[in-house]
Amino acid sequence: MDLTFGQEALILARIQFGFTVAFHFLFPAFSIGLASYLAVLNGMFLWTKDEAYLRLFKYWLKIFAISFAMGVVSGIVMSYQFGTNWSVFSDRAGPVIGPLMAYEVLTAFFLEAGFLGIMLFGRERVGPGLHMTACLMVAIGTAISATWILSVNSWMQTPQGFELSDNGQYLPADWWAIIFSPSFLPRLFHTLTAAYLTTAFIVGGVGAWHLLKNRSRNPGVRTMFSMAMWMAALVAPLQIFFGHEQGLNTYEHQPTKVLAMEGHFETYEDGIPLILFGIPDQEAGEMRYALSIPKIGGPILGKGWNASLDGLDTIPNELEPPVAIVFWTFRVMVGIGLLMLGVGLWSLWSRWRGELYHDVWLHRACLLMGPSGLVAVIAGWMTTEVGRQPYVIYGEMMTADAVSPLGAQAVAASLVAFVLIYFAVFGAGFLYLLKLMSDPPALGQRGPEEESGPIRTAGITPGNVEFPDSSRQPAE
Amino acid sequence: MEISFDLTIAWALVLAFAVYVYVVLDGFDLGIGILYPFFPEKEDRDLMMNTVAPVWDGNETWLILGGGGLFAAFPLAYAIIMPAVYPLIIAMLLGLVFRGVAFEFRWRADGGFSTWFWDGAFIGGSTVAALTQGMILGTLLQGIEVDGRAYGGGWLDWLTPFTVLCGVAVVCGYALMGACWLNWKIEGRLQHRIRVLARTFGFATVGFIGAVSLATPFLEQAYFERWYSFPQMLEVAPVPIVVVGLVLWLAKELFDERNDWMPFAITLALFLLCFIGLGVSMWPYVIPPEITLWEAASPFSSQLFMFVGAIILMPIILAYTGYAYWVFRGKMKPGEGYH
Ligand code: HDD
Ligand code: HEM
Ligand code: HEM
Repeated sequence: MDLTFGQEALILARIQFGFTVAFHFLFPAFSIGLASYLAVLNGMFLWTKDEAYLRLFKYWLKIFAISFAMGVVSGIVMSYQFGTNWSVFSDRAGPVIGPLMAYEVLTAFFLEAGFLGIMLFGRERVGPGLHMTACLMVAIGTAISATWILSVNSWMQTPQGFELSDNGQYLPADWWAIIFSPSFLPRLFHTLTAAYLTTAFIVGGVGAWHLLKNRSRNPGVRTMFSMAMWMAALVAPLQIFFGHEQGLNTYEHQPTKVLAMEGHFETYEDGIPLILFGIPDQEAGEMRYALSIPKIGGPILGKGWNASLDGLDTIPNELEPPVAIVFWTFRVMVGIGLLMLGVGLWSLWSRWRGELYHDVWLHRACLLMGPSGLVAVIAGWMTTEVGRQPYVIYGEMMTADAVSPLGAQAVAASLVAFVLIYFAVFGAGFLYLLKLMSDPPALGQRGPEEESGPIRTAGITPGNVEFPDSSRQPAE
Repeated sequence: MEISFDLTIAWALVLAFAVYVYVVLDGFDLGIGILYPFFPEKEDRDLMMNTVAPVWDGNETWLILGGGGLFAAFPLAYAIIMPAVYPLIIAMLLGLVFRGVAFEFRWRADGGFSTWFWDGAFIGGSTVAALTQGMILGTLLQGIEVDGRAYGGGWLDWLTPFTVLCGVAVVCGYALMGACWLNWKIEGRLQHRIRVLARTFGFATVGFIGAVSLATPFLEQAYFERWYSFPQMLEVAPVPIVVVGLVLWLAKELFDERNDWMPFAITLALFLLCFIGLGVSMWPYVIPPEITLWEAASPFSSQLFMFVGAIILMPIILAYTGYAYWVFRGKMKPGEGYH
């Protein structure tokens, strides 16, 4: 059977890498934010002794455990993908990026994994202080992990601090320059805030769902919705600011990518328009049906109203990225960012009028926006990664030269296996997550001790035999 | 200051250590999955899984360190080995996906088909991961074809009777470790059944260690000379002699039933010896017989940059990993779980 569909090993390897990394990133985007949220909830419980926080903690902990497990297994796949599919790249870039990834393992993965067990099951065994420490360690670990891997990715986008050896390897010359490559800090901030927003909107969506189900007297539901809306209102503007900074940085270091994001096929002499929508036609080198605002593109890129810009027509065709993908994914991300800002402002208005828990249309909007962060982060990564094509190390090494010497059959067979298994396994995981989210947090009127009976567990998380009646809130 | 020791050797030792720790930690962890079919009762399975639930993630992190460390310290070796055993690596990763999520999904399943399915995923995933790890080891031992700076063979070259033998041997060894771990962590009637299994897998493992050891020297002239040529033989002879001693001791402990932790400790030592034996065979190659450690090594500055971190961080990691094990020490009681 021919599984390759007539494709070459290169394109199959690219699809495989993109597919597995995009799936992987769904989980970090959620668990980075959720780990911090859990640490905050636990801290609030210890500080205020209000057990509504404890119940919320236990509620999201179960969800966290599942998401984290999926993040771990999909991440292990990633750490071997470099060698299996991009062996030439691994050989040549290994001396530079290998150590950074080794540091990620040593400083982040061990930290997360070492304290995860205590965070999940250790509360009774180690006492509240150490348990809180464990929660913090897990949260810090996820952020450290993001830092290193983004440093690696940023070096591939904006490489510096290396020299080439005779055998074609990139050798480190200045570690500081390698770690802090020009796009690193903007990318780190933008990605971390993205993870917090993603989590905020998922938490907000779950809260909104229960509010729509008339559970507004459940203190857990109210607290989670309110906290999520604060996050949305505060972080969404920050996110847009960081995104803009990121764009300016990209314009400085990877101008071709920005031309693709903005859809500028033409060269402009006198004022740059901002193209809102259109249908990019890369063959013909033009934007069809463009809807654009004249002149304001210049100030957005930090130039004057009458600035000039060399368009994609000045770039050789074989060095252009696929414009349509970059153009559209960028619009999806920015569009979602603006919608998130809108929801944040709306929530402030509702809150000010004292309607936060009764504004049905706000709740509907939040429910709809629940998964929007996940869509935005994948769109953002596609902009970033597709936009740097045809290079894998920008300006240095072509993606086509990076691929392993494998037959298309081998890559195709593994790609099919990945697609089938990922959809089946992670699909089941998503269903379990949705099921947990569709139950409201336990109500529990009195003390934590009185929650009906011992939680009979259950591996990482308490089993599904948990306080069935106290968690059901009679409809109002 | 003159650096008086060779960083490449130091890195080889660090990596060997990481792989050894991985093999023993994830070994008993995967072993539990391999033993699942012998314990069809749900309560028994719950208990078995709960003995590793708080630590399995940490155990697998050593695999990431092994792969990541190879990538960083010996990028050429990483770039050649991964394509050479491509289907095995993919199968191993997918196996780990199935068994990893089973730790969570099993508790969400409703008792019917889905419980059956995730139990199956745990068994299948663990077994496939162990089998492929053994086969990867076998492929490395039997030699990999190199062409310039890349893998030069076909995509099924790894499939030989020897690699299959190594794969089955590792499955068996992990099952033994799993049984010894459970023997330590569980008590009562279940412990008795586990100990009986440990004896069976103990015998089988010893048989496989013998078979692999006998077959290896015939793969390469260099291996043969190292183990069977006269003056050299005396230097390496302690390895098999100590192995025999350990095997006898293990048998005695498994039948005496005195210290529950002792069989586990002896198994760790047994695996360490096998590891040293492997090192003796392969030295000084990272891909026998083509590429030595020094040929594959990344430049001094890369190795040094990481080495500083590794030397500082590894003891800290070992300390808090040890602490996590200490927190969950003692026998698991049926019906009791972690909160
Ligand atoms: C911005 C953040 C971010 C990004 C871009 C990536 N990851 Fe990731 N990764 C995480 C943030 C993260 C995390 C939040 O730290 C995870 C999620 C769950 C977890 O265990 O840690 C994680 C898990 C995780 C694991 C398992 C760790 C464990 O066992 O605890 C591995 C091996 C990787 N990742 C490797 C990668 C590779 C090779 C990537 C790129 C191709 C990558 N990650 C992108
Ligand atoms: C988790 C976040 C990431 C996501 C979602 C992501 C997404 C993608 C996507 C969609 C592609 C395919 C592009 C195409 O085929 O045109 C790709 C390619 C690639 N990415 Fe990433 N990426 C991520 C992080 C990284 C990181 C951190 C690295 C490096 C360490 C990296 C290295 C690569 C490489 C080597 C390719 C080559 C294949 C190609 O260019 O097609 N990616 N990525
Ligand atoms: C109006 C709002 C936004 C603007 C102007 C913006 C801008 C950008 C730009 C210019 C890039 C490309 C960086 C590059 O070229 O390498 C990017 C990437 C990215 N964006 Fe956004 N963004 C916005 C909103 C969002 C939102 C709401 C999310 C998710 C919740 C998000 C997540 C990401 C991610 C994950 C990446 C890839 C990682 C990176 O390169 O930083 N963005 N963004």
